[in-house]
Amino acid sequence: MKAAVIAENLVKTYGTKKEVTQALKGVSFEVAPGELFGIIGPDGAGKTSLFRILTTLLLADSGRAEVDGFDVVKNYEDIRHRVGYMPGRFSLYQDLTVEENLEFFATIFNTTIEENHDLIKDIYAHIEPFKNRRAGKLSGGMKQKLALSCALIHRPTVLFLDEPTTGVDAVSRKEFWEMLRMLKSQGITILVSTPYMDEASRCDRVALVQNGAIMSINTPEGITCNYGKALVAVKAENMFRLLKDLKGFSGLVDSYPFGEYHHAVLKPGTTEEALLAYLQQQGHGQPELKTAKPDIEDCFIALMKTTS
Amino acid sequence: MKQFLSFVKKEFYHIFRDHRTMFILLGMPVVQIIIFGFALTNEVKNSRIAVLDMAKDEASASLINELEASRYFEIEKYLLSYQEVEAEFKTGRIHMAVILPQNFSSDLLHLNTAQVQLIADASDPNMANTLTNYASAIIMDYLERITDGRKLPYTIKTEYRMLYNPQMKGAYNFVPGVMAMVLMLVCTMMTAITIVREKETGTMEVLLVSPVQPLKIVVAKAVPYMLLSMVNIATILLLSVFVLDVPINGSLLLLVLESILFTLTSLAFGLFISSVTNSQQTAMFISLTGMFLPTIMLSGFMFPIENMPGILQYISNVVPAKWYYIIVRSVMIKGTGLATVWKETLILFGMLLFLLFMSIKTFKIRLA
Repeated sequence: MKAAVIAENLVKTYGTKKEVTQALKGVSFEVAPGELFGIIGPDGAGKTSLFRILTTLLLADSGRAEVDGFDVVKNYEDIRHRVGYMPGRFSLYQDLTVEENLEFFATIFNTTIEENHDLIKDIYAHIEPFKNRRAGKLSGGMKQKLALSCALIHRPTVLFLDEPTTGVDAVSRKEFWEMLRMLKSQGITILVSTPYMDEASRCDRVALVQNGAIMSINTPEGITCNYGKALVAVKAENMFRLLKDLKGFSGLVDSYPFGEYHHAVLKPGTTEEALLAYLQQQGHGQPELKTAKPDIEDCFIALMKTTS
Repeated sequence: MKQFLSFVKKEFYHIFRDHRTMFILLGMPVVQIIIFGFALTNEVKNSRIAVLDMAKDEASASLINELEASRYFEIEKYLLSYQEVEAEFKTGRIHMAVILPQNFSSDLLHLNTAQVQLIADASDPNMANTLTNYASAIIMDYLERITDGRKLPYTIKTEYRMLYNPQMKGAYNFVPGVMAMVLMLVCTMMTAITIVREKETGTMEVLLVSPVQPLKIVVAKAVPYMLLSMVNIATILLLSVFVLDVPINGSLLLLVLESILFTLTSLAFGLFISSVTNSQQTAMFISLTGMFLPTIMLSGFMFPIENMPGILQYISNVVPAKWYYIIVRSVMIKGTGLATVWKETLILFGMLLFLLFMSIKTFKIRLA
């Protein structure tokens, strides 16, 4: 089956002659139909530029892209008919009510709320009690649900969600991902970007981006399996001094704070025992050491080190 | 079509839910007409004057009566000596002094000539001019009445008529001006701002990624402002006819059609501004300096264009309001038809086409 989204060597540069920022440095990937594809990267990685190019809002300097079989430059009108797009910033009319917003977007997409009600009903049910409230007065999570409803109202084939969970509380984030799962089951291809590493595991495949380049594309499991190094979580009385001492140990590739632990990446040949001995020698008493399973964030940090 | 109507409906929601916008849109014309009609007028009414009557005879008394009876003057003080005149001016209470010499009556009757001195406070030259003109007119009137039927040897009488506006009402001048200003403000500034606001809040991003053609989005945004402008034209015309007694001498239909032409020109300019700017502030700044100020300064409504330095006269030609102002004055006040304003109409039409061409040319179907 033909890919739903194809990006080939996309390059985008901003700025004048004096100050040039390269937002995308040759990004290529493919998304299969019906896939939930995550683009994971910190702020400024180029996620929004990429989304805008794919949604025909920006022109790439070079490279080409296709969405649903249509070229983003030549057939931009066809793409605008069939994709749903939710920008990173809340972009609905704050002075219109929930219902008015939904109705407005239904009309401009040549459809009605009733026609695709089954698609949005699970999502819209959350905000229906507030349908006469102005959109500007909704909470962050509610706004996202309304924006998602509006982006879905015409049953798009491909859905682009630019950082939909940024600024949303943990419960709403979880709900939001469950909604995306539900939409995926309806056969909609979904591209979602997020700066939160922990959300990567909810995608079918993810692309890790940093400074306008893709560092790795794989399934979340694939990315963690490729880690290939021994990782140890360390905890001691004085966490601040512990990190300093870890940096001073020559047997480590890297060390960084990770939740309530510090993660230490061992060089080949270094054992946990050697690390423990070193830390005891540094006067950390009885530090807690345990082998850790690398997650996406560990992989991201490791990839960042190797690419930079 | 359904899409289009839904856009227009949405735009009206925006307007009606924002009280400040509502006030600017609908309150502005009323406020301007009232301010210009009653406060900012250069007509002179009930101006305080002083009279030094050294004759104290029949003719002088009746002339003073005439002056006082007119609604232009109010006699503040009767002076007793010539010395008092300047002292009175220095107090600032009077704007003009009328001095009638001794033997006024007998000079008039026996020598067939008499003198009246008018002294005006020319620290405000326009006012001084107007007052002496009014007073001369009253004196001439009086003279004509008492010499009625008799022939005076060797007198040249100047007779003048103020065409189209016999009472010299300021309203005849500013109603066309206010119309130009209000339409400019509503169509150019508000349209530009409302489109740029969609860019600023990010809603334009969502609208662009929809099946609606981008140009249709923009045109749909202009329609409500066009309708509101029609309401404003009606308000201004009703106020000027019924409150300010300014008649519509020419064809109402022509006046409305010309106003629509001007409205479209202003809208096209608003669209052009919106496609070259990305922030509401810039849009407002450009509309104010690019349109509003020239409309006030260079349309001939506040300051006569003939008095301007050559270069400003040339610049005034690119201000659409100048041509609209000429048209409205001709049609509304002078009562002329299309035959006399076809040139101005054609110029406005040309401007409309040019601005439309420019705004379509600069229009972006993407974000950048």
